[in-house]
Amino acid sequence: MKDLTLNTQKKTSTDKKRWNMKRNWPLHMMLVPAVLLAIIFQYVPMAGIVIAFQDFKPWLGFTGSKWVGWDNFRYLFLYPDVGQVIWNTLVIAVFKIIAGLIAPLSFAVLLNEIRWAGFKRVSQTLVYLPHFMSWVILGGILLDILSPQGGMVNKLVIALGGEPIFFLGDGTWFRITIIVSDVWKEFGFGTIVFLASLSGINPALYEAAEVDGANRWKQTVHITLPALLPITIVVLTLSLGNILNAGFDQVFNLYNPLVYDKGDIIDTFVYRLGILNGKMSFATTVGLFKSVVATILIVVSYRLADKFANYRVF
Amino acid sequence: MYYKTKGYKIFSAVNYTFIGVLSILCILPILHILAVSFSSMAPASANLVGFWPIGFTTDAYVKTFGNSNFINSLIVSLERTVLATVIGMALVLITAYPLAKEDSAFRGRSIYTWFLVFTILFSGGLIPSYILVQKLGLMDTIWALVLPGALSVWNVILMMNFFRGLPKELEEAAYLDGAGQFKTLILVYIPLSLPSIATLSLFTMVYHWNAWFDGMIYMSDIKNYPLASLLQTIIVQQDFSKINVDASMLENVSQRTVRAAQIFIGALPILMVYPFLQRFFVKGLVLGAVKE
Repeated sequence: MKDLTLNTQKKTSTDKKRWNMKRNWPLHMMLVPAVLLAIIFQYVPMAGIVIAFQDFKPWLGFTGSKWVGWDNFRYLFLYPDVGQVIWNTLVIAVFKIIAGLIAPLSFAVLLNEIRWAGFKRVSQTLVYLPHFMSWVILGGILLDILSPQGGMVNKLVIALGGEPIFFLGDGTWFRITIIVSDVWKEFGFGTIVFLASLSGINPALYEAAEVDGANRWKQTVHITLPALLPITIVVLTLSLGNILNAGFDQVFNLYNPLVYDKGDIIDTFVYRLGILNGKMSFATTVGLFKSVVATILIVVSYRLADKFANYRVF
Repeated sequence: MYYKTKGYKIFSAVNYTFIGVLSILCILPILHILAVSFSSMAPASANLVGFWPIGFTTDAYVKTFGNSNFINSLIVSLERTVLATVIGMALVLITAYPLAKEDSAFRGRSIYTWFLVFTILFSGGLIPSYILVQKLGLMDTIWALVLPGALSVWNVILMMNFFRGLPKELEEAAYLDGAGQFKTLILVYIPLSLPSIATLSLFTMVYHWNAWFDGMIYMSDIKNYPLASLLQTIIVQQDFSKINVDASMLENVSQRTVRAAQIFIGALPILMVYPFLQRFFVKGLVLGAVKE
């Protein structure tokens, strides 16, 4: 393009504009479908947020429903379950973020010590796999293997001399199950970014350390881990945006009324309230609250990632 | 060398074991389900099956494929996955191409980009989207599953970053040879991007095959459920009220072996594309990171 712009600079600016239009109108045409889809399926629903300020009744529509101003938001902090639901979401999400950072980081460092390439490749193939399974499939599998009536895991617990555990029926165990199974599903896939960074470390650094008499542990502490610090900061800051995302798919496929008190999260709450109970306005208010907090966090975390690790997504 | 020391050899042995065990743990639950699905009913319901079928039989699969709801949902899922992948990839290509231009070469580029990226950051949420699909009259049609998620802005960004990594001279050459923008995209950019296109297509396919929630809320008739939604209803919720079945079929559905067979069939397409997926995706994930 450089040469082309040089040529056009000789012409007057109106010529250049005309040239731009003539050359570029297909570019605008190409963007029409995407823009239309974004307007219809993203921006129109954003306008639908007005129902958070209404007492929306489907049969009255957007124009006929009564305006209630900020009432729904006031209700948000008075409604008995909301505080608990936000707390559940935070607890589950924070543990997932921390465990979801430490597990792939340590696994990548350990995998990096494997010198037998075939073993490494097979191991990677196996640990990436659960990432591609949906929570419906994994939920079905977990229901089966965690069942207190002779599920595989409980058979193991009994064989080790323990009492069968009702993993999905007890609030605290439910949270643990959610966090552990999420780490199980994602730790392998999460290693990819760390393995990419590890392969970028200059081997000369290790050779020099070797000459200086550093053993492998010292090399890991002084070369490997510092080299992983930037990508770790990126992963951590970007996951800030997920602090209100405790994982709808997963929780929805594993929870039941027994664990609503400790396992119900914002997204499942909105679904039950809005779609099942028909309280569309209030459900939208809760969803809007989450969306606003998440947007702020994402913008802040992208700024942080840019500032501290020089990372930009686009 | 460090790996010849005794301490490192001990560490290495522990490390191989640890990684080996963790890797196997990722596949064991699926092997268990597979074993149960091929076992006969009695040992399966007595929880005797481990990782090898007891009393090998394909009964569960015969019953599963004899269920018209299941066949229906399989067809809906296939239709949805093919439609969404074709439409989605076409959209990604024609959207990423103009956005990959320099700001100076394509005025308005950054406005378009922000307009699309904003949809990642903020959304109207579940209820307004639900009302919209209802108002558009898409309920109970395949388009309710295809159109709302057809445009993946993430994929557009990945593709855009890949296009930007291609040498600028190619585009200049195409221009000097008289190719317009569409021709340049189709004859120059697309042939050079086949690996990335393959990667993103596979990701899109996996996403749509696995999607279950939209099917559940936008479809009122069980006949229109995609497979993932059907499995959610009968395996996870164990809710048979939506399905018109006689007592004998209910008994079949609630059998552990049949459930296992259904889970395995739901996972099978993913297991089948996975080897191809894996070959590409590491490259594919890295391609988005290549910038100038």
